[in-house]
Amino acid sequence: MIPMAFDYEVAESVDHAIDLLGQHGEDSKLLAGGHSLIPIMRLRLAAPTVLIDLGRLEELRYVRDGGDHLAIGAMTRHRDLLFNDLVKEHCGIVGWTAGLLGDPSVQHRGTLGGTLSHGDSSGDMPSVITALEGELTIKGPQGERTVEAADFFQDYMMTDLGEQEVVTEIRVPKLAPGTGWSYKKFSRRSQDWATVGVAAVVERSNGSIGSARIALTSMGATPIRAAAVEQALSGASPDAVAEASQSADEGTNPSSDDAASAEFRRHLARVFTQRAVEEALGR
Amino acid sequence: MTQAPERYMGNGIPRKEDPNLVTGKANWTDNIKLPGMVHMTMLRSPFARAKVTKLDVSAALERPGVVAAFTGADLAEEWPGGVPCAAVVTEEQKTPFFPPIVTDEVRHVGDVVAVVVASDRYAAQDALEFIEVDYEPLPAVVNMEDALKEGSPLVHEDFGTNECFTYTANVGNTDELFDRTDDPGDAGAEIRGPEVQGQGDTDEAFRRANVVIKERYIQQRLLPTAIEPRASVAYPDPGHDGYVIYTSTQVPHLAKIVISLATGIPENQIRVVAPDVGGGFGSKLNIYREEILAVVLAKRLGTPVKFVEDRSENYQATIHGRGQIQDVELAADSDGKILGMRVKLLDDMGAYLQLLTPVIAISGAAMFPGVYTFDAFSIEIKGVFTNLTPTDAYRGAGRPEACYAIERAMDSLARELDMDPAEIRRRNFYEPFDEPTANPAGLMYDSFNLQAALDRAVELADYQSLREEQRRRREANDPVQLGIGFSTYTEICGLGPSHALAGLGIGGGGWEVASVRMLVTGKVEVATGTSPHGQGHETSWSQIAADVLGVTPDDVEVLHGDTGTVPFGRDTYGSRSLAVGGIAVYHAANKVIEKGKKIAAHMLEAAEEDIEFEGGKFSVAGSPDQNVGIGDVAGAAYLGNDLPEGMEPTLNETMTFDPPNFTFPFGAHICVTEVDTETGAVKIRDYIAVDDCGPVINPTIVDGQLHGGLAQGIAQALYEGVIYDEEGNLLTASMVNYMIPGAPELPNYTLDRTVTPSPSNPLGVKGVGEAGTIGAPPAVINSVVDALSPMGIRHIDMPASPMRVWKAIQNAQGLQSGDRQEDASLGASAAGIKQGGDA
Repeated sequence: MIPMAFDYEVAESVDHAIDLLGQHGEDSKLLAGGHSLIPIMRLRLAAPTVLIDLGRLEELRYVRDGGDHLAIGAMTRHRDLLFNDLVKEHCGIVGWTAGLLGDPSVQHRGTLGGTLSHGDSSGDMPSVITALEGELTIKGPQGERTVEAADFFQDYMMTDLGEQEVVTEIRVPKLAPGTGWSYKKFSRRSQDWATVGVAAVVERSNGSIGSARIALTSMGATPIRAAAVEQALSGASPDAVAEASQSADEGTNPSSDDAASAEFRRHLARVFTQRAVEEALGR
Repeated sequence: MTQAPERYMGNGIPRKEDPNLVTGKANWTDNIKLPGMVHMTMLRSPFARAKVTKLDVSAALERPGVVAAFTGADLAEEWPGGVPCAAVVTEEQKTPFFPPIVTDEVRHVGDVVAVVVASDRYAAQDALEFIEVDYEPLPAVVNMEDALKEGSPLVHEDFGTNECFTYTANVGNTDELFDRTDDPGDAGAEIRGPEVQGQGDTDEAFRRANVVIKERYIQQRLLPTAIEPRASVAYPDPGHDGYVIYTSTQVPHLAKIVISLATGIPENQIRVVAPDVGGGFGSKLNIYREEILAVVLAKRLGTPVKFVEDRSENYQATIHGRGQIQDVELAADSDGKILGMRVKLLDDMGAYLQLLTPVIAISGAAMFPGVYTFDAFSIEIKGVFTNLTPTDAYRGAGRPEACYAIERAMDSLARELDMDPAEIRRRNFYEPFDEPTANPAGLMYDSFNLQAALDRAVELADYQSLREEQRRRREANDPVQLGIGFSTYTEICGLGPSHALAGLGIGGGGWEVASVRMLVTGKVEVATGTSPHGQGHETSWSQIAADVLGVTPDDVEVLHGDTGTVPFGRDTYGSRSLAVGGIAVYHAANKVIEKGKKIAAHMLEAAEEDIEFEGGKFSVAGSPDQNVGIGDVAGAAYLGNDLPEGMEPTLNETMTFDPPNFTFPFGAHICVTEVDTETGAVKIRDYIAVDDCGPVINPTIVDGQLHGGLAQGIAQALYEGVIYDEEGNLLTASMVNYMIPGAPELPNYTLDRTVTPSPSNPLGVKGVGEAGTIGAPPAVINSVVDALSPMGIRHIDMPASPMRVWKAIQNAQGLQSGDRQEDASLGASAAGIKQGGDA
């Protein structure tokens, strides 16, 4: 629990951060809250020689109304999202899930950009942003680019983020009044990573389901869309949810650990997909 | 004039300790910084068992900040005694030499191979990576049953076996069982080994029984997890020949002796100080190799040496708790009356014997009969070495294991007989008593009234409504089923009568000492031999002294935990402090009053027998205006120029209290769970605990002890458990995967009390620190099993995690459809009704 020695740099701006990444190369790491990075450094599982702290970049700490979407600065703390009125009004699933992350001290320190860049598929936010079909704005030496969440998460703790790039903004759609949502997190303790999580965004249409977008946490190396369920629910009656949810684990590849065997995770994915969709329909 | 007398005992006054603790002013060992202080860090084995074939610390010595580095061979002459074990439970017990640093073979992950000393903790840690060490890994022993098989690898090859000891006890009056002479008072045989007497009597009880419950329970290993990990600062005492060690311990006095035995440094040259200590739960009822090393290195280097473990070290190298395989048999008649009990335990020692490792299970042996009166009882305990971290005392230490076994078996018995679990308990309770009464194992229970506690718990739970709700949910096939689990427990506290400890094979008396010193200004110093680490003795002892002396708790300063300033005591563990140490305070304060009466009589020119003391004033009987305050009496005692003929000046009294018997708190717990049969998740909806610890000195502190104990008990039942892989690697090596529950996982407790005074001491107090960890695990598991029993589920091992519960449901469903799968979570239980006997 004693980390290796490292140097510490404070980024004064996004461009400064990009410069520092260039200067220090692959042994440097961005610090954007640190509640995932610092613990693995303390276990000596990671040993970056330079930490570049984004913590003072107030310019990346915002929630703005973008018309049809909300634009969230990457350094916005989970706690900010939990209590943000725009989020509450237009995309409640983001604020709700922020309140489930870790514990209050993690929520106060941790940032949305940080948790997405970490790319841990047992994190809650990657699934939520995936279900929302959100997109990320990324800045690097060559300028700015936008990537969809589905393309951002590539493998376990591997993202589309280049070595000298910084996530600056996350965009999520404003949910229409007829759209319900739910994030169901199953974990042994409230502060734990999800054993299994299910994010559901369900559009209602004349008493039936218009469309459903469902993303699963801890069911593989990245957030995984429950495509078979989404397909079965498209245009379906709410009565179809239970049966459709039985295919929630199709195309997943969960691991086995102390908390759950792969088989148990598959079972939980089915149970919580049903519960999440039903809750979304009622919300 | 002093204000009207107020009684402080029984009041939940705020804890004196808390302002410093909650404002960050506590004096933790890690806050201590001394000039020239260096830091030591251990190189720990990554293997459970291996030969060390090469070891060279010279490259580490070259690293920045490194002051010294040593191997075991370098320092072996400094610890002729090794790390001592104070318990000998049988004459044949095998006690390995336990070196602070190994010299040839590592025996568990975390075993110590070398030590580095550097100018700071970081430099020391970095330098560890430059020690050259080669290991030749050997097959490890990780499973107790395998360890006892022929041809198993051996933890200690020179013993030729992994068996540390076999202890047996069999109560000898069981001939009478079948004549039913109804004379339980004759059950006198004292439990002690190794007087093997065969098991003819219990065998007969089982032959005569209508019902026999035969089950296997697993007591998983637990990590005590005090919030403050172990920490020590040792230094040569400036200007003296000796050494001082500040250390985060429950047992400074014991440490003084043990460090002397280990190192050969004379006892009178060692001073041990326990500053503020952030919890122990038994894990700091030990003297560790690192504490011995800190003193040895302070001696070698002539400079202060600090050791602070991190959490991963805490989980690898601080003792673990529990670790038993329990084979339990209960024989009963068709009315549910217990006839006899047979217990066979395998108790996991780990790789070495720490201070009390072998005696933990044995100290709980006589508690297996629980709160039930019957005659035939036998127990066999095998201590087994494994290549795992040593076990030792963890909150309850032997009693939670015993309580779980009998309380689980009682529920199985009730189910076999189709009886209500509360009713079967009532049928086997002792009639209420307030004089010592023998239990089936020969212990003398001090005072019981289980009926009152259980009646109150049943009332608070609204039991009949719960059963009604349970029935509705069952009929509706609700995915969330309701469980109601009982536990009626007793525990053994007030450790203990010195003769009884000797009987258990513990080297050391069980008395406690206190000095009450009246200061010249009328203030009071209480110096206690107990060593609190969260229990609030500063508050409770002040309340006791204040009531006896007629002062306020704020007038009383409680001194503790420094062998240089308090009388030599016996420290804090086993819920002993109030019932032994608090009583010593009470007696010493009363001695102050007795002497004060003599002085007051002299001052008031009255006869001593006419002096009365009340509300802080000595007065002449019948003439209340003729009085003198205790402060003035203290002043006169200090001046010493006008005292009764021949009286020694000063008003300081010391009392050493050796209790005549243990104390036996008891209680009734009801756990109400909602079990989600789709996910296996267990939610505790209500937890009702009616505990009887005798009269209460500070109800707020008692409630706090119950909250913490229940949390740890629920943790064992549902969350916590050490996991090792087959090679002996610790998989639960941090708080990420060792499942300590937090506040969100725990219910709001419903607490109440009954009060049955103990005849073992003048205040009638019993002890409460371990009630929660003892009472809770069976109540929780009984509740979960109760919820699932319609599915045919009879047992789920601890911790009953969602996956275990789900698997049990899966297996039960397979079982119902005739497709039985063997699974450890189900297979641990097997009950059968036996026909015949005198039914």
